[in-house]
Amino acid sequence: MNRKLFARKFLVLSILIIAVSVVIAACGGAVPGATACNVKIVSSLPEQGGAKAQTDTMVNAINQALGDHGATTKDGKCKITYLHWDDASAALGQWDPAVETANANKAVADTEVLAYLGTYNSGAAKLSIPILNQAGPLVMVSPANTYPGLTKTNGAEEGEPQKYYPTGVRNYARVVPADDIQGAVGARWYKDQGFASVYILDDQQLYGKGVADVFEAEAKKIGLDVKGHEGIDIKATDYSALATKIASSGAASVYFGGIESNHPGLVLKALRAAGWKGQFGGPDGIFTTSVIQEAGSDAEGMIATAGGLPPAEVAKASPAGQKWLSDYKAKFGGDPEFYATYSYETMNVILAALDRCSAKGTVTRACMRDEVFATKDFNGMLGAPWSFDANGDTTLTTMSANVVKDGKWTFISPLK
Amino acid sequence: MSSRFKFTPRNILMGLVVLAFAAFLVNAFLTDPELFIKQVINGLSQGAVYALIALGYTMVYGIVELINFAHGDVYMIGAFSALTMLSLLGISEKSPPAVIALSIAFCFVLSPTICAILNAGIERAFYRPLRNAPRLAPLIAAIGVSFVLLQVGLIWGGLPRDPFIYFGGSGAQPKPFPNLIPNINLLTDVFGLNTTFAITAKQVFAIGLALPLMMILRLFVARTTLGKAMRATAQNREASRLMGINVDFIIALTFIIGGAMAGAGSIVGGLYFQNAQWNMGFDAGLKAFTSAVLGGIGNITGAMLGGFLIGLISALSDQYFATQWTRAVVFLILVLILVFRPNGLLGSSVVQKA
Repeated sequence: MNRKLFARKFLVLSILIIAVSVVIAACGGAVPGATACNVKIVSSLPEQGGAKAQTDTMVNAINQALGDHGATTKDGKCKITYLHWDDASAALGQWDPAVETANANKAVADTEVLAYLGTYNSGAAKLSIPILNQAGPLVMVSPANTYPGLTKTNGAEEGEPQKYYPTGVRNYARVVPADDIQGAVGARWYKDQGFASVYILDDQQLYGKGVADVFEAEAKKIGLDVKGHEGIDIKATDYSALATKIASSGAASVYFGGIESNHPGLVLKALRAAGWKGQFGGPDGIFTTSVIQEAGSDAEGMIATAGGLPPAEVAKASPAGQKWLSDYKAKFGGDPEFYATYSYETMNVILAALDRCSAKGTVTRACMRDEVFATKDFNGMLGAPWSFDANGDTTLTTMSANVVKDGKWTFISPLK
Repeated sequence: MSSRFKFTPRNILMGLVVLAFAAFLVNAFLTDPELFIKQVINGLSQGAVYALIALGYTMVYGIVELINFAHGDVYMIGAFSALTMLSLLGISEKSPPAVIALSIAFCFVLSPTICAILNAGIERAFYRPLRNAPRLAPLIAAIGVSFVLLQVGLIWGGLPRDPFIYFGGSGAQPKPFPNLIPNINLLTDVFGLNTTFAITAKQVFAIGLALPLMMILRLFVARTTLGKAMRATAQNREASRLMGINVDFIIALTFIIGGAMAGAGSIVGGLYFQNAQWNMGFDAGLKAFTSAVLGGIGNITGAMLGGFLIGLISALSDQYFATQWTRAVVFLILVLILVFRPNGLLGSSVVQKA
């Protein structure tokens, strides 16, 4: 008897809950009510492994951007929530294809998610762009991806970038310049420093091989002698044979196309142990503190290019940047890493697009895509107003040259 | 030997392959003798580490016919133990030479002890209860233990920088081993020769420690009563038991010695490669296991030979092909050798098992 009563009560309650949620859902859709419009912005960055030091400050900067903007749209109609998702797994110690795919699917399934901030690794973006592309499309903005093929044909493989956009509509944009610029700028920088020759290594991954190939092409064009180009075994722990080979080739410099988890530090150590005294460097993949830690005292003098300028330079470039940096230090009690700046800018681009959609009364994924791509002369804190081109690439092309000095990455000069 | 050589198509093919390799090596040597010899020394140095690990595989296989997949990870635990100790004592390349020498000696006590106890513990806890189970059961158990140790390594690698100075950051990052053996070229810096040729202190250290260790082990198995008991147990466990040999003890002893060799290998490897990483055991274990198979699994001399050969092939392939092909080259040569000598280079029958 008691049980039956409970069952009936339960049934009535369930119907009520369903009815209420249907009403809420209806309001939350096309016609945002004062409180019913909830928008989620998610980020998918590797928060474990070698990139953690970098991504922690990126998440901080995104939170800071939201804090500066306020947790509702400018017209007060929509409530904004930011969720930071991890796309790394402990086992891989870096981004994990399975986790990134799961994140993209999770974002698609949640209708309140209107923007996907990420990824950190270009290989991860390759997986999530097509998934998000078929869901609205859901717009994705990366503060760090530099592989050219994600947006353009220059420096890309066969079929790129079209194959990432099955619906034919572009839904991916990035705030940093791509590697067809970075690799070429790197090669010219090596040449300008007077190195007679270079030995190119890559980690056989999308980003690493991509940027190394661009470097090689440019080096050959400008007459920098390429002594060799090979992929390294990233599972190995002993690079002494490779180091002896490079030392005996007489290469004056080495360019390591790859990311911090794939042993650039160990290769450098092996080179020094083999008695090689040339210049070691690479693209922004090795531009992290964990590489310095891995290479120990051999890290001194290592060089790297990076897409864009480091936080301290950005701070010098504009009053907004200055304020951002001092606010960041006050709030999080430490120095932001390189991509924190771009994460802050990325979040601001997304929030600005959301404000415009909210003002129009169409808080939808489609509107978000259009408004993000419509970003023009954005006067953020990167020193100069910039826009997205039709491919979703930034019009900024300034890179920075960096060197390890006293165990820390130190900015040398901007590169064009 | 030559009188027994028959001109079957298979043997002719083998002869051609061997000739092609020999011609290739001779050509490489003549083109740049110095570089060739440098790479040979590189190969032998890393091969010494593989050989030390391979001993554990081959001894265990010889006595219980089990491929102990966890062995490579025991090696990793050995390296982490040494690194933890060096961290806590604050030993670095700047410490006084006497302190460095003492701490290295202490590492050679600590890591082999820990690895020996761990290996014997694994045998007692997981393999002994399964000794009479179908052979797949202990094999799967070994893979399971390997995964457990990998996770232990991942957590261990995440120790805080303070007070563990060589740890810190993410658990998955390679941990830097202090550069305790100086980067000096013995030929120029010690003997004062005027040459570009180099034999470094580190290389001498790696080979100079591994070789005597292996020789002692070889003598132990061949000459002592316990060694005889091990050989007897390997040949026929039941008969050995009937002869009054404590079979359980002998098997445990095999795991203890194998573990200790992996521990010694981890110090040699740590100081030579200058890093330790949670998953280093997988790659080293794979190469060491390959060495054991190449030399003839169950055969101690074969494991040493195999280890040095694999190191040598890797280094020469890195030099004369490209690094990305090295794995393929190593395994291609392994397959070729196994096709013609299915029991490995020195593995003939069960007679030599230890």
